[in-house]
Amino acid sequence: MASELTTESYISHHLTNLTCGKTSEGWTCDPYKVDQMGFWAFHVDSLFWSIGLGALFVFVFRKAISKNSDASVAPSGMQNFVEMSIEFVEDNVQSLFGSVKNTLIAPLALTVFVWILLMNLMDLVPVDFLPVLAGHVAYAIAGDAVEWIKGPESLYFKVVPTTDPNITLGMAFGIFILTIYYSITVKGLKAFVAELTLHPFGKYMIPINFVLEMVNFIAKPISLGLRLFGNLYAGEMIFILIALMLFFSSIPIGVLGFGLHLVWALFHILIVALQAFIFMALTIAYLAMAHETEEH
Amino acid sequence: MEYSILAAGITMGLSAIGAGIGVGVLGSKFIEGIARQPELAPFLQGRFFLMMGLTDAVPMIGVGLGMYMLFAI
Repeated sequence: MASELTTESYISHHLTNLTCGKTSEGWTCDPYKVDQMGFWAFHVDSLFWSIGLGALFVFVFRKAISKNSDASVAPSGMQNFVEMSIEFVEDNVQSLFGSVKNTLIAPLALTVFVWILLMNLMDLVPVDFLPVLAGHVAYAIAGDAVEWIKGPESLYFKVVPTTDPNITLGMAFGIFILTIYYSITVKGLKAFVAELTLHPFGKYMIPINFVLEMVNFIAKPISLGLRLFGNLYAGEMIFILIALMLFFSSIPIGVLGFGLHLVWALFHILIVALQAFIFMALTIAYLAMAHETEEH
Repeated sequence: MEYSILAAGITMGLSAIGAGIGVGVLGSKFIEGIARQPELAPFLQGRFFLMMGLTDAVPMIGVGLGMYMLFAI
């Protein structure tokens, strides 16, 4: 599409995922056939960046830890960073999870923290850099072979996986399934059902109790996922709006936009790290709740 | 379209009011806690940031949904 560049087309271009799916004519990534794809529609860019960053996390941490196992040599560089983050996560797990023995929680918390941090940090890459790069690469490779790639702009590409609610809600529901699993295995099915039905009004008000507890129960993963999504989506949106100032205004406002980019990026580092930390802390807290066996 | 602009404005404004009050109360209690027991400051600071992130997230969800109403629908 070589259409005219307007504010709305620019913003929607940045907020649309590269979606590949199965239509009646076979598999395609054509953005104008998204509504025909139905269930088998994949957000290829979110999948690519999230899996790629997960692999990067595993690779870097593994390399840093296996490199220097000699305790007499002071750790340096990447190993220092890795040890710092592991200690940070361990402190949090100790203080929030207490004395319950479960060896899965700390590695899970570390994975959640570092992975979400890496995915959020993609937000600090300039908004146009990777989408334009991907568009030009796709046009150069497949421009002649694929009929819907008509130019570098026809490829939608969203770089930050956590601005895709599918990714954040997917992670939140993963945590949710783990809390149900540990609630049933640690407390037993009977105690778990009793917890959902016998509070807060006692055994003669079971339907009301169940509805109240269910709302509470379902709200946890949804708020966990939407919190991360909302923060990152709003942050990305503000980056895009600042970038628009550079395009559609006079030069002085464009220069002001350059400064605003810097200021917002610096503030955004706080949000990026804080949201990763909050997701991790709530993961630990929810799993700790699933392990509490005493009566209220 | 013009109604979605109004809806987005109301969403963002009201959620900003709520979070403003929430973070204000949180911050005043935080300062109060440090004034009473300065040795607890590092401990309280971690909790403060955690709770601030939780409070801060509600208007951010509002802003996200407002932006979605404006540009994605």
